[in-house]
Amino acid sequence: MVLTIKVFGKISEEIDQMEFSIENPGNVSALIEKLQAQFPQIQELKYAIAINHQLAKPSEDIPDGAEVALLPPFSGG
Amino acid sequence: MDRFDRHYNLKGFGKAGQEKLQNAKVLVVGAGGLGCPILLYLAAVGVGKIGIVDGDSVSESNLSRQVLFGQHDLGKNKAKVAGKILNEKYANLEVEVIPEFLRTDNIIGYLQDYDLVIDGSDNFPTRYLVNDACVVLNKPLVFGALYQNEGQVAVFNAKGSKSINYRDIYPNPPSAGEVPNCNEIGILGVFPGIIGCTMAAEAIKLISGFGEILDGKMHFYNFLNHSDYKIELTKNQQSYQNRPKSIEDLQSMDYQDFCGLSADISWEEVRTLMHDFPDAFLVDVRGKDEEPQLEGLAFQQIETDQIDASLDKIAQHDTILLFCQTGIRSAKAARKLQEKFPDKYIRSIKGGITSFK
Repeated sequence: MVLTIKVFGKISEEIDQMEFSIENPGNVSALIEKLQAQFPQIQELKYAIAINHQLAKPSEDIPDGAEVALLPPFSGG
Repeated sequence: MDRFDRHYNLKGFGKAGQEKLQNAKVLVVGAGGLGCPILLYLAAVGVGKIGIVDGDSVSESNLSRQVLFGQHDLGKNKAKVAGKILNEKYANLEVEVIPEFLRTDNIIGYLQDYDLVIDGSDNFPTRYLVNDACVVLNKPLVFGALYQNEGQVAVFNAKGSKSINYRDIYPNPPSAGEVPNCNEIGILGVFPGIIGCTMAAEAIKLISGFGEILDGKMHFYNFLNHSDYKIELTKNQQSYQNRPKSIEDLQSMDYQDFCGLSADISWEEVRTLMHDFPDAFLVDVRGKDEEPQLEGLAFQQIETDQIDASLDKIAQHDTILLFCQTGIRSAKAARKLQEKFPDKYIRSIKGGITSFK
């Protein structure tokens, strides 16, 4: 089953899209690994992850069909 | 007719809401793109006391978005100009002007007197410092930040120690240079006004108990396409481990270092920077008689004990590179300068002139 990935800030700039789909690898850490392989340019970036609008932990399972958001920090003011 | 007549007539707000605003003391960190609209609205709606913290002075490129300032304010301290304008507009408003940047050794004293803090600063060391101080002092914090055409707003610590803080979503800062600020990637003048007004609205709602606030939630907004995204935050164990637990802990933290900003750079990186940023300012902080002299790169000499007297000259540059004989004096000077100018790129050169190739 696929996940919908929503991306923000610098990540969206780096990969030049705001939303895409990816096969569900099962949990958050597996997803991060998969994203790093697919988009080496975001390997070094720090970001938080939300599953269905809830902040997620690295060990958390991702339900099929979930919407996952990659949320980098902003500092501008 | 009263100045707040429309507030009295507003269902659910009324005289009770107005009284809460009148009794509130709010500290606004940063009088920049976010701070200007925040200050204007807090003062207009009748907040009793407003503190304005900013050590920066008005520069020409600020004027497209920092709407409290005009061309006649260039070079003046932002907190002082903002304070003067608000005092002139509203006779019964109490304003405290703090024309400094927040540091570990002054933040506790400045925050203590306020009920609520609003962070409109523009750099990660200040954002982590303000967050940690609010947690230690148990003060609610309205947070807002920008990245190009996107903004994020949250309310932290609104329910005391059980509440969420910035480190629950970002326990560790990004590495140096990973997230550029408005100086580097640009910003359209009107956008900080939208996010600043959202922050002011959250502060007003929090004080008056009007409506729902983003308590423990973070709201993302993209102004190019009007998309928004809201997430629920949860407590993060790593956040608790990383942050200072007491005032003493906080005062011994080095936030520049924590955010990876005290790293030294090599002469090779200096050449690249000076090529990419013609405005870069290379400074020899040694005494005039120290040898060897640097050759092949344009530099100025400002001895360490003359730096404080030369701040105006240094302030004209956004990239400041310091060297000495071995890199020790320049590292210390870079750290002190970074505290004075937290939004500038300030680096010491590793190994000093002895490593020059």
